[in-house]
Amino acid sequence: MFQSIGEMMVLLLRTLQATPKLWREKHKVAEQLFEIGNASLLMACLLSLFIGGVIALQSGPLLAKYGLSGSIGGMVGVAMCKELAPVMMAVLIAGRIGSSMAAEIGSMRVYQEIDALRTMNINPIHYLVLPRVVAISVALPMLVVFSMLVGWVGGALVCASNEHIHITREAFFGSLRQIVEFKDVMNGVVKSFIFAVTIGVVSCTQGLQTIGGPRGIGRSVTKAVVNSIVMILLLDYFVTRFLMYFD
Amino acid sequence: MNGDANPTHQSVSVQVRGLRKSYGGTEVLHGIDLEVASGEIFVIMGPSGSGKSVLLRHIIGLEEPDAGDILIDGESILSEGVMDKHRMAMVFQSGALLNSLSVADNVGIYLREHRLKNSAEIDQIVREKLELLGLKGVEKKLPNELSGGMKKRVAIARALVIEPQLILYDEPTSELDPLIAVTIGQEILNLSRRIHVTSLVVTHDRDLAFGIADRIALMHEGRILAIGKPDEVKRNTDPLVQRFLTADFKPQLTEAV
Repeated sequence: MFQSIGEMMVLLLRTLQATPKLWREKHKVAEQLFEIGNASLLMACLLSLFIGGVIALQSGPLLAKYGLSGSIGGMVGVAMCKELAPVMMAVLIAGRIGSSMAAEIGSMRVYQEIDALRTMNINPIHYLVLPRVVAISVALPMLVVFSMLVGWVGGALVCASNEHIHITREAFFGSLRQIVEFKDVMNGVVKSFIFAVTIGVVSCTQGLQTIGGPRGIGRSVTKAVVNSIVMILLLDYFVTRFLMYFD
Repeated sequence: MNGDANPTHQSVSVQVRGLRKSYGGTEVLHGIDLEVASGEIFVIMGPSGSGKSVLLRHIIGLEEPDAGDILIDGESILSEGVMDKHRMAMVFQSGALLNSLSVADNVGIYLREHRLKNSAEIDQIVREKLELLGLKGVEKKLPNELSGGMKKRVAIARALVIEPQLILYDEPTSELDPLIAVTIGQEILNLSRRIHVTSLVVTHDRDLAFGIADRIALMHEGRILAIGKPDEVKRNTDPLVQRFLTADFKPQLTEAV
């Protein structure tokens, strides 16, 4: 485990060292951004709508029971911003994009494509890792902001349509505006950026370490997804704790 | 491609000295010593698992030796900047083409990634190299749309774009039918004569080896058993050498009932 963390840190360091050459890889970053958006936008929309809805559904009747139904908009808003949007989107991206990164790089390793790049003096970190890590680090925070908005809409729809809650859309968004601050949105964006770098580095590390044939690729994909999700959940606590100093 | 350039500037010599390599406690190379002259076609033969490809991977810098050294034109590849100083290319057994890129992008990748030419020049060079290898009109195809022989030739075209001083071929005729194998052998021979490149070919194809080699080395279990001109290797009396060179399929005849 410590060896894996060490290898990931080394790859992260080398990727950071390569960032001055990022401009040269702008087309690859754009390609990756398109792929990430294409693969995850619809799923993110659906997931966020239902997450927002289900928080409203679970908490609405309880808050109404204690006469706090006026705060439900703010509660859904804060929960989406600070926790649910960043964590759920990160898990989604780890499954959809992290797995595909590990599979693609792993297959290139197994079929000697990475060796071929090295013989042509093309650094695989510049060519493969940097564009992917940058693209995911840009895409995930954007996706999280989108997820927050859709989650709020989901919450508002449930509140307006559920007979046990009885909160109009105007009242829901009024409470949301009153309680949710810009720093809450930024809290989620910062978290998602850290998660994105983690997913990118974990997935690329697994891909680059792939050995064996198709079974090796399968193992790398599983490890990339599992390790990413574990890291996301562990980091979530520590990043939340750290960001509380700014509240 | 500087086909008419001074041969001494084009090709490089290779010296391997006491090269040793182990993986997980098993020694794969037991102190290999050999010299390849500038512009020579040097073939390393031997049965599967004898360490030929591992030796090649050391020469191109994909592996680091446990002991020993490799000199390119007298300079150790372990010294700083030596690998960047000489232009070397390797044609992998599988071709190792990037499957997500078209043939043209594969062949032009070196020039594009190192920003050596503009887009129009790269397209022109790619077309030239593909035509040189009889691959006109395949620029837009993906590697998985090509036959095994075409993939090998695209891999050679990709190597040629580097204008190499040394080309390493890893099993260039494996998985190919005899006609395509002969074509690939001819291409290796033609390129060597045309651009005076030093060629190091790893193979267990005896016909290819004796057809193109200036000199041959025969490897067995990480050691060099014989080295010399094709005729000298043929005359070598070592039983292992003879067994490898004369191995043939002879169906066992059963006595008629």
